[in-house]
Amino acid sequence: MAGITSFGAYVPIYRLNREEIGKMWGGRNMGGAKAVAGYDEDTITMAVAAALDCVIRGGGADGLFLATTTAPYREKLSAAIVASGADLQEECRVADFTDSLRAGTAALKAALDAVVAGSAKKVMVVAADTRQGAVKGALEQTLGDGAVALNVGSEKVIAEVEGSYSIFNDFTDIWRTDEDKFPRSAEGRFIDEVGYFPTMQSAVNGLLKKYKLNLGDFASIVYYASDARQHAALARRLKLEKSQVQDPLYNDIGNTGSAAALLMLAAALEKASPGDRILFVGYGDGADAFVLRATDEIKKFKKRPVISSQLAGKMAISYGQYLTWRGLVPLEASTLPERSALSLQSRWRERKAIFALYGAKCKKCGAPQFSQIGQAARVCVNCQAKDEFEPYKFSDKKATLFSYAIDQLQPSLNPPGVNGVVDFEGGGRIICELTDCDIDKVRVGMPVEMTFRKMFFSRGVHNYFWKARPVSD
Amino acid sequence: MESFKDKVAIVGMGCTKFGERWDKGVEDLIVEAAYEAFEDAGIGPKDIQAAWIGTVFSGISAITLSPLQLQYIPMTRVENMCATGSEAMRAASYAVAAGVVDVALAVGVEKLKDSGTTGLKGPSIVGDNQEGNSGIGPGYSAPASFAYLATRYFHDYNIKPEEGKRLLAQIAVKNHHNGSLNPKAHFQNELTIEQVVNAPIIAWPLGLYDCCGVSDGAAVAVITRADMAKKFRPDPIYIKALQITVGARQGAMRQDYDFVHIEENVIGSRQAYAAAGVKDPRTEISIAEVHDCFSIHEMIVYEDLGFSKRGRARDDIEAGTFTLKGSLPVNTDGGLKCFGHPLGASGLRMMYEVYKQLQGKAGPRQVKNPRLGLTHNLGGNAGTGVCSCNIVGNEK
Repeated sequence: MAGITSFGAYVPIYRLNREEIGKMWGGRNMGGAKAVAGYDEDTITMAVAAALDCVIRGGGADGLFLATTTAPYREKLSAAIVASGADLQEECRVADFTDSLRAGTAALKAALDAVVAGSAKKVMVVAADTRQGAVKGALEQTLGDGAVALNVGSEKVIAEVEGSYSIFNDFTDIWRTDEDKFPRSAEGRFIDEVGYFPTMQSAVNGLLKKYKLNLGDFASIVYYASDARQHAALARRLKLEKSQVQDPLYNDIGNTGSAAALLMLAAALEKASPGDRILFVGYGDGADAFVLRATDEIKKFKKRPVISSQLAGKMAISYGQYLTWRGLVPLEASTLPERSALSLQSRWRERKAIFALYGAKCKKCGAPQFSQIGQAARVCVNCQAKDEFEPYKFSDKKATLFSYAIDQLQPSLNPPGVNGVVDFEGGGRIICELTDCDIDKVRVGMPVEMTFRKMFFSRGVHNYFWKARPVSD
Repeated sequence: MESFKDKVAIVGMGCTKFGERWDKGVEDLIVEAAYEAFEDAGIGPKDIQAAWIGTVFSGISAITLSPLQLQYIPMTRVENMCATGSEAMRAASYAVAAGVVDVALAVGVEKLKDSGTTGLKGPSIVGDNQEGNSGIGPGYSAPASFAYLATRYFHDYNIKPEEGKRLLAQIAVKNHHNGSLNPKAHFQNELTIEQVVNAPIIAWPLGLYDCCGVSDGAAVAVITRADMAKKFRPDPIYIKALQITVGARQGAMRQDYDFVHIEENVIGSRQAYAAAGVKDPRTEISIAEVHDCFSIHEMIVYEDLGFSKRGRARDDIEAGTFTLKGSLPVNTDGGLKCFGHPLGASGLRMMYEVYKQLQGKAGPRQVKNPRLGLTHNLGGNAGTGVCSCNIVGNEK
C-alpha cells in the first residue's frame, strides 16, 4: 500500500517572541514565539532545506510537488528550483500546488494517486510558506515560517495511507487578492461557526463513516487550524482526548500556512509506533482528511527528531530586525557600491554549481575543486591536467572554517556580513558567506555545513546560492 | 632570454596631489601629472613616440589620453587591477627595450570619487566578469578580504587580538608620519597608536586606520633608452626589473594555502630579485614602496618580500626597521594609507617616490644614500592576486 516513506522538516532558527510584538504596539500578545525566515531565506530556500533533510533519510524521488502560497515568482515553476536544489534526477515530474492553504494536502493526495496509478515511483511533497500578517494585526502574531517534505511511495512505507476523504466549500475566511501583501480575514465568529468548524467536522465525520472508524481508533489526531485558540476549540467540539491531539507547534513556530498541517504530521510521525493510526486533516475552502497507519518500517527509519532538534538552536530577533528582513519598512539607500550585474546566461551555464554546489574532482590527481568562475573546471588547480574531471558535489560535505571576516561594510539586511574560507572534508575550498551565526562564536576551526540561501535580487531574478553555517548540534 | 636589466631608464616623472579632487576630472589629473613629467624630463608632448595608460574604472581605451592631445601615435590602455599603473610602465619600458620607440609615456590615473559610492566597486569574485556574472561570489568589501589574513595570522602565531591590533597600528602610525611630511599626500596628519586601535572597526580586526583611503590621483613616467638617458638629465633612474606575477585562484581553491602569506608576493619578489641581481633584499634594497592597502598586508609583505623572517615581522616592526630612520624604510611617502588607492595611479605614484628618493630630492623624507628602490602592488586578495614587483636604481 502507498504511503509515506520518509520525511524531513526545516524551521528557521530565528524567533520573534510575541512579547516583542506586544511591546512594539502596546497591545496584548499571544505568548510564545513565531519562527521567522532569515533575511536570506524564502519559501524556496526553506523548501530545499526540508527536501534535502527528506532525501538524506529516505533517498530521492521521481516527482516533486511543491505546495505554497508564497512562491517567489508569479510565473515560473518554483518546484523546479526546489528539485534542482535537492539535486533530484532530471526525469522527474514537478509541479506547484498553490493559492490555497490546502495546497499541502492537495499535493499529498495527488502524490498518492500518482504512486497508486504507477505513473511515479516516489513523489516528494514539499510544503513551505512565508506568509506575513499586516503589522499590528492578529496574523502578524500567529503566522510563522517553515517547511516540510514527505516522500510518498509504495516501498519501505513507514506510514500507509489507508484512506482519504475530501470535500470542498467555497468560503471566504482568509484570503489574498493578487495585489495583497497580507492576508485579509473575515470576522472571527463567522469563520468559526459557519466555515471552519462545520467543514472540519464534516470532513472528519465523512472519513470515519467511509472507513468505519471511530475517533478512539486513532493514536494521534493532526489537523490544521488558524491559530492555537481555534485548534483547541475544535478539539473540544470533537471531544478529542488530550493525548490524541498533536501539538500544532503554534507556540514555538506559528502557523506556517500550507506547510502547517504537514509539519504537524511530521512531528506526529516522529513519535509514532508501528500500528498507530493517525487522523490527518488539511483545511482551506474545504478539507482533505486522511487515515494513516504506521508500519514496522517506522522502527528502522532514522528518526532523528527533526522538529524538536530544530527548535533547540533558535535565536531571538528584535522587531526591528523582523521589519527589515521582511521588507516591511523603507530603508535608507546604501552609498556602498552595487554588486555587478547578474547574467542569466552565466547562471544557466553554472546551474549545477549554483543549485547543488557541484564542483569537479580531478581524475588524475584526485583533487576536488570548486572554481567559482565558470561551472566546470577545465584545467586542474592542483596538477594542471586538462579536462580530466568528474562531477563532485560539495553541498553535502562536512566542512571547517579556515578563516573568517566579519564585514561592517557588506550590504546586508542583517549586518555585519560574515564570510569564511571554508575547507571541505575530503578536499576542496570555497570562499563564501556565512549565515545563521552568532558572531561572537565564530572562530577558526569551527565545523560548518552548507545551506542553500538567497543571495540577492537583481533584474527581477532571485539569486540563490550556498552559504556556510555553523553545525547546529 | 636576454636580460632586461638597465636597458631603460626613467627620465621624467609627475604626480598630482592625491585626495578628494572634487573640482578636477580625469582629464585634469592626466594633464597635471603629464606636464610635470614633461617638464621634469625637459621634453614636450611632441617628443613622446608611444604611450600607455593604466586605469581600471576611469576610462576605456587609450582615447582616455585625448586630453594630452598627443598627435596620432600608438597608444594603449592597460588594466591589471591594483597593479595597473605598474603595468602601464612595464608596457612602455618593454617597448623601449625592444627598440621600437625611444621615448615612451606611462600614465596611471583613477578618479574614484566620481563613483558616488563609499569604497571600491569590484567584482564579487576577483577575476570574474564584471559586466555580468552568476552572482555566486560573497558580497564582501575589500577590507574583509584582507581581514582573513589577519584572523589567520593572529591564530597561527598565537597573537592575542589586542596585541595584534597594536602591532598593526604601528604600521598606520609610521605611514601617517611619513604622509605628514608629504604635501602630495591625501592625508597629512599624524596618528597615535590609541587613535588607531580605538577607531571604528571595519572588518575585525581591521579598523578605519588599518584601511587605506579612497582618493583621486594620477602619476606619469617618461621612459627612454638607458644609453640615451643622460641626454635628458644627469640623474636618470635605471630600471632593473619589472615583474608581474599572477595567481590562478589557488589560494581560494586549495587547502594548502595558509592565508598568512601570499604566494604571488613571494614568487613575484623572488623573480624580481633574480632579474635585478639582488641576493639579500633586506640589506640591498634601500627603500621600498609596498602595497599597504590594509595594515595586515604591509606586515605580511615584509615577510613575503624577504625583508623579515617568516613569522617575525613583529620583531622588525617593534625595532623600527621600516621607519624613515630604520635600515629599510618602507612607504616613505605615506603609502596607500595616506595617498589612498586610485588603482591605475598607485603603481606609478610609488615609483614617483622611489625616483625622487634615488635622486635625493625627497625633502624632509629623504633617506640616506639610497641605491636601489622597490615598488610593489598586489591586486586581488589573499585568495588570488596580481603581484607587481619592480626594482630601480640610480646606478647602472
